[in-house]
Amino acid sequence: MDTSPPEPRLSALYQELILDHYRRPRNKGALEGATHSVSLNNPLCGDEIDLQLRVADDVIRDVRFIGRGCSISQASASMMTQLLKDRTVSQALTLAARMSAMMQGDETAAKDKTLGDLRALAGVSKFPVRIKCALLPWNALTDAMKP
Amino acid sequence: MLDAARLRADFPLLERRENGRRLVYLDNAATTQKPEAVLRAIADYYRTTNANVHRGAYSLAIRATEAYEAARAKIAGFVNAWAPEGVVFTRGTTESINLVAGSYGRAHVGRGDTVVVTAMDHHSNVVPWQILCQEHGATLRMVEITEDGRVDLSDFGTALERRPKLVAFPYVSNALGTVNPAAQLAKLAHAAGAVVVVDGAQSTPHLKVDVQALDCDFYALSGHKMLGPMGSGALVAKPELLDAMPPYHGGGEMISRVFDDHSTYNKIPHKFEAGTPNVEAAVGLAAAIDYLETIGLERIAEHERALAQAAIEQLTQIEGVTVYGPRGHRAGVVSFTYGDIHPHDIATILDQDGVCIRAGHHCAQPLMRRLNVAATARASFYLYNEPADVTALTGSLVKAGALFGYVPA
Ligand SMILES: Cc1ncc(COP(=O)(O)O)c(C=O)c1O
Repeated sequence: MDTSPPEPRLSALYQELILDHYRRPRNKGALEGATHSVSLNNPLCGDEIDLQLRVADDVIRDVRFIGRGCSISQASASMMTQLLKDRTVSQALTLAARMSAMMQGDETAAKDKTLGDLRALAGVSKFPVRIKCALLPWNALTDAMKP
Repeated sequence: MLDAARLRADFPLLERRENGRRLVYLDNAATTQKPEAVLRAIADYYRTTNANVHRGAYSLAIRATEAYEAARAKIAGFVNAWAPEGVVFTRGTTESINLVAGSYGRAHVGRGDTVVVTAMDHHSNVVPWQILCQEHGATLRMVEITEDGRVDLSDFGTALERRPKLVAFPYVSNALGTVNPAAQLAKLAHAAGAVVVVDGAQSTPHLKVDVQALDCDFYALSGHKMLGPMGSGALVAKPELLDAMPPYHGGGEMISRVFDDHSTYNKIPHKFEAGTPNVEAAVGLAAAIDYLETIGLERIAEHERALAQAAIEQLTQIEGVTVYGPRGHRAGVVSFTYGDIHPHDIATILDQDGVCIRAGHHCAQPLMRRLNVAATARASFYLYNEPADVTALTGSLVKAGALFGYVPA
């Protein structure tokens, strides 16, 4: 049996913080009085997200999600909701662009403090098939914010 | 068991390394690798025999036609078809089932009729029937499965009380590995007056199949799951049924005479083979059948059963692992989950060790809902897999457990 330790890229992918958000998702559940909601799924692995937001005066007052799927998609959703509260729509979309840049391997984005806990997901950029998982909630956000 | 290490050497792709590791290919239910003999048959066809079939009046075209028709006869023999003209070349199981739905179904299923499928069917044996039923005002009845993943015979009986026009089921489930009592199901369905469609995508590569002994009416198979090329496959049918069916696709080759306002059609099977066929696929599939027959389907089935058995034994020793499907009556497919580790995460971790498995719903969403899971991880074996592949699978899974805190790192 192969008992070599998991390789570093894997340990970078499955960090404590990611597993913590996966197992104890923040802001999970339906949102009362949502003004926007979008459901997306990733047919490849069956990840699902239903993102619900309450937006007033161009500010995201509250955001929650319902979803199931892999650790990457669910942790990304949980981390995202933490970050979005009380941001303007345009700030939120800027964060989505930073997240997407980080997934493409942009190192400055991976060091950008505005991404908060999400920086733990930087390792996903080394696993091309998983980038879709990390971006699923963000795609739901950009869909929801479309005028 | 087979000498899998020796067989493995026949498959050029299996010599590759993935992520720096020996390739452990355990996604055979999705598609199989191709032996040198199949690759050579395809290349030889283009080097020595290529011409359009059933058309040319020159020797080369006659040889191409002979190669194509010899492949048909080979498939007929392989599954003991009623006759070679009861073998229609298709792109695979999906197209075969759509052919039955679009021709037999369109002609015979009407308002108020019922079509029966099972909750363990692949989407390709569900969606064509859904579309047909929606368009014709018929009802699709899905037969339930038992907790251990077999067709629920009592619900099957209840469904048959509706006297369905057509009953479809898989011989072997791609998601659970269940081997269904196909002959028994066909007999019951016939007694209720139904025509029987068997999805043979997962049985043809792994079991000795005899369609006449099964006594179904239509049998669909995919060549790429049995060492043959992508885009090869067949519908095997009772000739008298095919003969009475309206055409499926219109075009060249399927006609007898074309008048300005109507046409008469060619004999079977050509009536169902409009346009230039994939001759390369047919020839490659024939070579695959030769390869399989040299080894023997009984021996292949036994080899896979042993590997699946070993996998189940090792997997169930890992705390937190759940294996789905029945204890007995199963083929070389092992579906499992591991605690709260999502199957997609499992697949990523295993991939780093060169272990290829499938993660997802396996094109069987109705089944996943009944198992109460969004997805499973699935290892599926073939003749070139060795006991070492099972150990690689479980060894790598232990790493996944360590990363997710199930076992000490
Ligand atoms: C049971 C079953 N039916 C049908 C299919 C569809 O086969 P194909 O994609 O070759 O048409 C598959 C393949 O995944 C299968 O496993």
